[in-house]
Amino acid sequence: MNRIPLRFHLNDAEIGEFIDSGTTLLSLLRDKLGLTATKSGCNQGSCGACTVLINGAPQLSCLVLAARCEGKSVATLEGVSDNGTLHPLQRAFMDGFAAQCGFCTPGMIIAAKALLDRNPDPDRGEVIDAISGNICRCTGYEPIIDAILAAAAEMRGGKRKSA
Amino acid sequence: MLEYSSKYFAEERNQSLHEVGVERPRSDVQGHVTGRTQFYADRNFPGLLHLKMVRSPHHHARIKSIDVSKALKVPGVVRVLTAADIPSNIYTILCLIQVEPNDEPVLAFDKVRYKGEQIVAVLADSQRAAREGAARVKVVYEPLPAVFDVEEALKPGAPLVNEYHGRNWFTYEGHHCRRVRHGDVEKAFAAADHVIEEKYQSSPIEHAPTETTGCIVVPDSNDRFTCYSNTQALYFTLDNSALILKSPFHKLRLVGGTVGGGFGGKVDVIVEPIAFLAAMLARRPVKYEFSREEEMQVSSPRAAERIYIKDGVMNDGRIIARKVRLYVDAGAYSRHSPYGTTKAAAHMPGPYTIPNVWVDSHCVYTNRTPSSAMRGFGVTIGDFALEVQMDKLARLIGMDPMEFRILNAYRDGDLKAHGKETTGAALVECIQAAAQLADWPIGERYKAMSSQRKGA
Ligand code: FES
Ligand code: FES
Repeated sequence: MNRIPLRFHLNDAEIGEFIDSGTTLLSLLRDKLGLTATKSGCNQGSCGACTVLINGAPQLSCLVLAARCEGKSVATLEGVSDNGTLHPLQRAFMDGFAAQCGFCTPGMIIAAKALLDRNPDPDRGEVIDAISGNICRCTGYEPIIDAILAAAAEMRGGKRKSA
Repeated sequence: MLEYSSKYFAEERNQSLHEVGVERPRSDVQGHVTGRTQFYADRNFPGLLHLKMVRSPHHHARIKSIDVSKALKVPGVVRVLTAADIPSNIYTILCLIQVEPNDEPVLAFDKVRYKGEQIVAVLADSQRAAREGAARVKVVYEPLPAVFDVEEALKPGAPLVNEYHGRNWFTYEGHHCRRVRHGDVEKAFAAADHVIEEKYQSSPIEHAPTETTGCIVVPDSNDRFTCYSNTQALYFTLDNSALILKSPFHKLRLVGGTVGGGFGGKVDVIVEPIAFLAAMLARRPVKYEFSREEEMQVSSPRAAERIYIKDGVMNDGRIIARKVRLYVDAGAYSRHSPYGTTKAAAHMPGPYTIPNVWVDSHCVYTNRTPSSAMRGFGVTIGDFALEVQMDKLARLIGMDPMEFRILNAYRDGDLKAHGKETTGAALVECIQAAAQLADWPIGERYKAMSSQRKGA
């Protein structure tokens, strides 16, 4: 495989790497950069565990060649909390029992963040739509949907049910 | 709200506990939402080798020859493992609790007994090279007739699936099935007002955990090896690995951790022994991880079951006889199925006091994917069958299904069909509480009943 240079923006850092041209973004993040929050549940685009944001849009990093990220901005769960302060989505997932085994959680939170970044006041159907590519085998989804709606309400300045 | 008498579960209940109804955050949840929880595959090791398995495309076939020479020529392939490399190739997971005989090869050599069975492990520097190498292994097969149905498999002349058993069923202390005998069902059927027989059947069910099965084995100093695994059964894995590798236990170290979904699907010992051996022979860290296809196709599902239930019931609502024939499809190998089949036998009369019970619970070998544990295995499908049957019986005699269950529920002191006395029963009270919560009217007579006999 060809070695090619790659520069892109990852969370708060500028990354410059030489990569094999066939490397997926998922493999670059996990195996080379050691950012393991992003998970691999299928490596074939069917589970959503590997969801990241590329220029703000949710993408399955197992299906994206890293080389395609040249000059772009990639966000993973590692970059979601602000200097140790949890994002409202993270707190809502904790309070709402929206994570059990936790394997789908990074992808879920990223998919949810993509939704709330573009639509601060989604209805239930829009939330379901936003996470429809993310499989969870533990929770039955309802707590996840509730958590995303609760986080949205808090981010709009509303009160949350519990602290 | 409901009031419960303090006498139920009095012995089991520690009065100082007040946890029910109180929300407690999971202790691991902050790691989950920040992505800091470490799953086994979140570790990176320099020099990591990837293991890819060559699997049988046949449900049942004799292996005529295995040629690995082309695989070894693939750039990046380090070595291959075949059955000859395994110190003690034939095992069964539950040998640890005296289940016999050993009936499953770690790597198949003379025969394959299900589609997807492991034959040759290819070790390579990259996943791509390991896949390429696996594709170049040439196995010549002679396909054999296969059997996929539990009742077909028990017929004379059916293809023999597993030579280690010599027949297509697991033998329980000299018997062809696990049996429960209590009273005289045939006499009771003759005396019953109604007799019905129904058939229930389920398919295999895959757990489909979001994280696939896998492990990484790393050579430590002093000739010891550490296995990072997502197994649900660390000590089963340690013990079986030591037996398969004929290794002293202290040389093997198992590190578990967060399991990315298990549901019983990660209690078999499949990936670890072969990864241990690969790391020992290659002297490098080795990762053996199921692809999503492998997880769906070859990891053990919940067993398919077929259950026949014949009941004798009286017009006054008493079930006086229950005869059950139950078939558990173990697939090609035992794994946890002999145990699940025993659970099914003990469970089958259900939580009801029936004076005449006859159960034959069969653990059957077929050329399907070996089945194993999954949430409540051995009783879940049986419960489905039993409770559907209870509704049918209630309808048959024109009784309310809740009242029918209360009437037949076992009470403290009743002898269960498998010979144990009932203690701590609370089913009557549970059904009464459920009826109240569901606004389901039940008669005064049934409201007054209790798990302590002779209120009835
Ligand atoms: S790992 Fe990318 S969708 Fe499953
Ligand atoms: S919490 Fe386990 S898969 Fe979602």
